[in-house]
Amino acid sequence: MTTLLDPTSERTTGERSISARPADIAHGTVALLDISKPRGDVFLGRLEELLTEMGVAVRHYRKPTFSKPAPLDLRRQIAAECGAVIEALAD
Amino acid sequence: MSLPITDGLLVVVKDDCETCHLVMPVLGELAAGEEPLVTVSQDRAGFPAGFDAIHDRQLDISWHLGTETTPTIYRIEGGEAVDQQVGWDRAGWERVTGVTGLGAGLPDQRPGCGSDTMLPDTYQRLLRRHSPYPMSSGRVELGTAEDPVEAAFARGWTDGLPVVPPTEERVARMLEGTDLPPGHVLCTLPPDLAECTVEKVAINAVMAGCRPEYLPVVLAAVEAAAGPRFNIHGVSATTYFSGPVLIVNGPVRGRIGMNSGVNVLGQGNRANLTIGRALNLVVRNVGGARPGGVDQATFGSPSKLSLCFPEDEEGSPWESLAIERGFSPEESTVTLFAAHGPIEVVDQKSRTPESLARTLALQLRVVAHPKLAGMSEAIVVVSPEHARLFRKAGWTKADLAQEIHSLLTLPASEMVAGAGGIAEGLPPWLADKRQEIPKFGPEGLWFVHAGGSAGGFSAIISGWVGGRAGSEMTTAAIDC
Repeated sequence: MTTLLDPTSERTTGERSISARPADIAHGTVALLDISKPRGDVFLGRLEELLTEMGVAVRHYRKPTFSKPAPLDLRRQIAAECGAVIEALAD
Repeated sequence: MSLPITDGLLVVVKDDCETCHLVMPVLGELAAGEEPLVTVSQDRAGFPAGFDAIHDRQLDISWHLGTETTPTIYRIEGGEAVDQQVGWDRAGWERVTGVTGLGAGLPDQRPGCGSDTMLPDTYQRLLRRHSPYPMSSGRVELGTAEDPVEAAFARGWTDGLPVVPPTEERVARMLEGTDLPPGHVLCTLPPDLAECTVEKVAINAVMAGCRPEYLPVVLAAVEAAAGPRFNIHGVSATTYFSGPVLIVNGPVRGRIGMNSGVNVLGQGNRANLTIGRALNLVVRNVGGARPGGVDQATFGSPSKLSLCFPEDEEGSPWESLAIERGFSPEESTVTLFAAHGPIEVVDQKSRTPESLARTLALQLRVVAHPKLAGMSEAIVVVSPEHARLFRKAGWTKADLAQEIHSLLTLPASEMVAGAGGIAEGLPPWLADKRQEIPKFGPEGLWFVHAGGSAGGFSAIISGWVGGRAGSEMTTAAIDC
């Protein structure tokens, strides 16, 4: 019988349920997160128009670079200031 | 373990060894003397007859003594070997035993035979059995009908090519390539932020096909990849082409037999190919970056499998990449560059450095897109034929870089979105603020010398997003 050594990190995948979806977004503020890719502003600009027409308040945020995860402070700020977030991948 | 004798003489022999049979009369002489003598047989109980020999069935005694040849006679004092003589050598045996006139009638010398401990499979078994550091990775026991190579595929451990099955014996042998214990935590490896130990790197290095002497290069590369400057998370996750390109400098290149010449970026050299592959397997298996998962590359490129090569420092007209990056010629280093390629550069007609620099600049303009600038960095791998031209003209690396930067300082009006009827390009407001835009930043262009001696070509290895916004070229010293 052959025995091999496991080359992986041997971590088990943690399971987390996603946050409860807001019942409606009309009464909160929606974060529009631009990840700093070209044309992300076009997509988010159009969303802002649509959300504003619906009477939804929006706030704009921007990642310093698309190449790295959003900084922790930015994530906390969005969580503190908004009830929902839309992230634009763009291109 | 302790030896079967604390003070006296000990001889390791085996039946399948002519020299061991030759020295039997000498053993008889020593057994008749005053000093205690223990005879240890590697391969057969009861051999040699009449000496009450110990059968070293598991070869633990031989391993403990480090026996490489039979016969070997040892002087043991306080439970440790303090002197030894391999094979039959009258003067040597007399020195070890303190007895003169041994083996009258025997030739003065006769070489011995290889110790059974040195048989490849046996050596690896013993290495594992006696390793001071137990390995802690999970054991995956295969069924008797299961092919280990297929099992690795089935478990998702491979990069699409077959791997060498990482048995405990092979991993133990790999770990001989470093002084670090297997449990030593090298780094926390993105994207999963998993703890990466020396043992995990060794397992993946076995799978990649590395030899133990390559391990220090792989360890240095993994540490460099895990650092915040290289940003392996971004390199792995991007839709772009790039993977880690490895460039090795310093004495280690020759010691492990890397190829910086003919076909340097291609196939054919084990060290070149397997070191790069080992890093990518670690990123996949420990870091968790798998295609279709975190890795969302539109195309990918061979650097995600393996693109690793050494610089031809000896034939270069310039200082090496490592020296440029602050290391000394005596240090061995590995430089990681998030990149892909190569883009070919053909110029068989230039006879002046100015002309050749223009060719290089034209070709470098297409990195990423001819109308994009300040995004990607690039390494030009300059071939010996091209390098000769710069050497002859006395051009330094800085001269060449300056010329290319000058040639690639481009009119902003040509570079902005929409210019030339092409929507791709830099933001239009740039043209209002600046007349000219440099294609590469001041540290965005590097030159490395490598390749076969024939061919008026060079190769451009183009990078991902450079600098702090993406991945910074990272050089690490190799502990070897």
